[in-house]
Amino acid sequence: MSKKPIIISASPHIHSDRTSKKLMYDVVIALIPAFLVSIYVFGIGAIIVTAVAVISCLIFEYLIQKYLLKAEVTISDGSALLTGILLAFNLPSNLPIWMIIVGSLVAIAVAKMSFGGLGFNIFNPALVGRVFLLISFPVQMTMWPTAIENQAKIADAVTGATPLGIIKEGLQFGETMTDLSSKIPSNLDMFIGLTGGSLGEISIIALLIGGLFLIYRKVISWHIPVTMLFTMAVFTGIFWMIDPEQYANPLFHLLSGGAILGAFFMATDLVTSPMTRKGMVIFAIGIGLITVVIRLFGAYPEGVSFAIIIMNAFVPLINKYFKPRRFGSKIKSKII
Amino acid sequence: MLKTFPKGGIHPHENKITSSKAIKRLAPPKVVYVPISQHIGIPSKIIVERKEKVKIGQVIAKSGGYISSNIHSPVAGTVTKLDKFFDSSGYKKQCIVIRTDAKDKSNFEEIDLPLLTEIKLSEKDILQHITDYGIVGLGGATFPSHVKLNIQKDKNIDCLIINGVECEPYLTADHRLMLEKAEEIIVGIQILMFALHIEKAIIGIENNKKNAIENFKELTKNNHKIKVAALKIKYPQGSEKQLVRALLKREVPKNGLPLDVGVIVHNVGTIFAIYEAVQHNKSLTERAVTVTGKKIKDPSNFWVKIGTPVIDLINEVGGLPEDTRKILNGGPMMGKAIKNTNVPITKGTSGILVISEEEAERKKSSNCIRCGECVFVCPMGLEPHLLMNLTEKRMFENAFNEDIMTCIECGSCSYVCPSHRPLLDYIRFGKSIIKTLEFAKDKK
Amino acid sequence: MTVSIIYSVLLLTSLGIIAAIILYLVSKKFYVYEDPLITEVEEILPAANCAGCGSPGCRSFAEKLVGTEDISDLFCPVGGNDVMKSIANLLGKEVAEKDPTVAVLLCQGSCDMRPKTTQFQGPDSCAISALVFSGETDCQYGCLGKGDCVESCLFDAMYMDKETGLPVIITDSCTSCGACVEACPKNIIEMRPKNKRDLKIYVGCMNEDKGGIAKKACAVACIGCSKCFDVCPKDAITMENNLAYIDPYLCTLCRKCVDVCPTHSIIETNFPPKKKKTLPIPSKEKKIKVIVEPLNSNNDA
Repeated sequence: MSKKPIIISASPHIHSDRTSKKLMYDVVIALIPAFLVSIYVFGIGAIIVTAVAVISCLIFEYLIQKYLLKAEVTISDGSALLTGILLAFNLPSNLPIWMIIVGSLVAIAVAKMSFGGLGFNIFNPALVGRVFLLISFPVQMTMWPTAIENQAKIADAVTGATPLGIIKEGLQFGETMTDLSSKIPSNLDMFIGLTGGSLGEISIIALLIGGLFLIYRKVISWHIPVTMLFTMAVFTGIFWMIDPEQYANPLFHLLSGGAILGAFFMATDLVTSPMTRKGMVIFAIGIGLITVVIRLFGAYPEGVSFAIIIMNAFVPLINKYFKPRRFGSKIKSKII
Repeated sequence: MLKTFPKGGIHPHENKITSSKAIKRLAPPKVVYVPISQHIGIPSKIIVERKEKVKIGQVIAKSGGYISSNIHSPVAGTVTKLDKFFDSSGYKKQCIVIRTDAKDKSNFEEIDLPLLTEIKLSEKDILQHITDYGIVGLGGATFPSHVKLNIQKDKNIDCLIINGVECEPYLTADHRLMLEKAEEIIVGIQILMFALHIEKAIIGIENNKKNAIENFKELTKNNHKIKVAALKIKYPQGSEKQLVRALLKREVPKNGLPLDVGVIVHNVGTIFAIYEAVQHNKSLTERAVTVTGKKIKDPSNFWVKIGTPVIDLINEVGGLPEDTRKILNGGPMMGKAIKNTNVPITKGTSGILVISEEEAERKKSSNCIRCGECVFVCPMGLEPHLLMNLTEKRMFENAFNEDIMTCIECGSCSYVCPSHRPLLDYIRFGKSIIKTLEFAKDKK
Repeated sequence: MTVSIIYSVLLLTSLGIIAAIILYLVSKKFYVYEDPLITEVEEILPAANCAGCGSPGCRSFAEKLVGTEDISDLFCPVGGNDVMKSIANLLGKEVAEKDPTVAVLLCQGSCDMRPKTTQFQGPDSCAISALVFSGETDCQYGCLGKGDCVESCLFDAMYMDKETGLPVIITDSCTSCGACVEACPKNIIEMRPKNKRDLKIYVGCMNEDKGGIAKKACAVACIGCSKCFDVCPKDAITMENNLAYIDPYLCTLCRKCVDVCPTHSIIETNFPPKKKKTLPIPSKEKKIKVIVEPLNSNNDA
């Protein structure tokens, strides 16, 4: 027998090899395809924004844990890294560096650490960072470098609107969808990612690959993304059928903006999403509805981040009222 | 599609390394330590004195009440001590120490009882035999069998379920028993069906024991009353409630028993013990035990006398490996860590598992990331993360209202938690406190 | 301009008057009579809300005191006799007088005296570890050392000694509320009378095993040898389950038993060092008189 004493502990004595760290790094891996596309589309800007966001998130978390909370430093658990990447993915690639740092500070200090750190935050930190920047610096946050064909022509990237922005503006000036269809990129371009927008949200195919990887690895379940996208499709579909000249078709809504990024990576954030399957479905329906309402009737062209943050606030309530069915709580009358 | 229970469950590595090893019979140990509390309920009362000579199968401790059981001497020899020793509960418990008489031949006789298929006893005598010969549930809960079989007249039982699931990783004692004693088990099932007037029996076996399933199917070819069902491999299918749900789609009500849905569940080991008690008048003095571990030289299954110290078994499989850090009485999911190697085998010991350094240490727990994994795997539909928080904050009444008492302590939540939180530790703590509190008694 | 100012002033004033009328009516309607004595009694009570009296807080204890006829079995351990007396004066009822008590730890099994044979892994809680097994040492009666008692103490009268692994009770801060007694799953904390100058003699062991086994598990265990029982002139010592117990109300603090105990499991606190026999009481103990350190007398022995 070894010199160390025998260990006594309560059962179970074995543990699955899943750890919080592995979950976080799985999400990071799932984001790689989208990152590669954004580098291809936006060039060096994508790398700079991501690097700044990640490094500042890590540094802020370290400083807060070490000097402010005087607690154990847990920056290696991957959560700050993930917040940094997700924040960067929600920013335009030409955002001034100091703004990225401010966004990271808000994300880590305000949205995460002030609530008590990992696991206690109510709102998705990356989205809080983004929404803070969007409200504080609306001009810079909506100056999107346009896609690659422009980038090739002109050295300093031309800025333009996202497809959603084009539509919103166009419809306000009385144009119809038919008029606008020539101005927006084709569905295929949007699917591949040759369009304007935030760093990580542009390439639908890359995000889908990452999302499916997460579902395969069982980091997330299909409930939130599928329900959310389905709700969006149904809701926009109804309006489109009423008046196809005033409302864009559902496919366009799914392919544009942050719908896919939000559905697979932001709404499914473990900490800020409900813990039961039933709750997840309710949560995702809520996000879908609010997103569509903001997109169609709100002042902003895009509403995914607002929708997710609004629904985040409902998560404790959802957890309370949508509990799993207790075993044996309903006796089936099948006996004999 | 194989049958299983719908909600929750996990699939840990099976590690059933001893599944191809026949159950060996050991020479009787020199000294046995027989605890008087080997079952759930009231401890038995010692009826022997120091220096008294006892025979194999002699009653040495009498049932102490209704929910209690007789205890018989596993060896022929002399009672040397009546004292307290550590048992698998981690506490010192009253034991009867018997030194085996090396000259007594009955200790060394090879007990190979012939197969008796004819049931001669009456229903009443069968139940009396089960009471007298100290049969308790051998699946691990050690609930006295005669209590389980004493069915009130208003309950209508239509199905007997034989639990051959053995969903615990590592353990193979039941598996081997089903292979080697299949015919006896069938007779045991028939005895119970006869005694309780049940017309239907189902043997539930997980699909990782294909040869046992085939074996039983072959034996019950001409018997349309006994069915064999293969089950999907999923822990904790061996739990009564989950097994009943999987096989019959009946859900045992909250705080209820399988009896409430017309079912009786017995472990295959218990069925075999019942067969021996009824047909051969043999008391429960030995049981099949798996002695295993990743670093054990020769992991095996044994027929072990009740009261044999664990160290005897470990010596039999090649000694304790150098880096042993944990010894378990039972499987890795529900077994109890034992304090030293002198702890005796009891009626409830289905296996001895030796765990070495790298797997023994618990990982440090970190913040809950609210992933909800514990909620998804809980077979009882509970929210372990919530129950842990409530008990940690000593909000026991709230925990009670969240159905903490229905937890079956399967450990699936602690197993999957990516933050290594001690969920089950706290739930168990909460349950133990709530049992003593008034409001829980009132509501029941 | 002036009109709007007048309007808002009038509006707010009338709103205020309406609200005041509603409040008045509601408070009349839902007025609950409460005995003013309750508040007076509550003011006398120490306001510790420790539940040492059995009631969940001082307010509910005050209600109980005012509400019940015979309060002789009610006692506030924190306030002690003074508080109970002034309550008795106020209410005109009889109260019982009790000797002030203080918590003592009936275990001396420090890391040196009681070697650890196993290691517990799990939440840092005595109650949880007691569910799993009897403790890290071979003694199943002694302190588990996870500090549930320290956690339960509302008066900062306890701390864990890291060296010995045992909790220490700061006698001066102890209000004898009994929270630690409740918290200890091993029942090794006892309330004993605080005699003059806090002199106490008690058996610092709960081990009911036979002598040899107890001694093997812990060097300072009571082995049930009955020597103290024989030497006690007042029959204050009882022997049960291989364990001596000193009745604090019969003990006259003669210190005879302390000397005869072969394992030094009888503890005396705050006595001046004896002249003829060299009892190893380090000077440390005299300095921090208030701290009961049950180990000191035995560490050097």
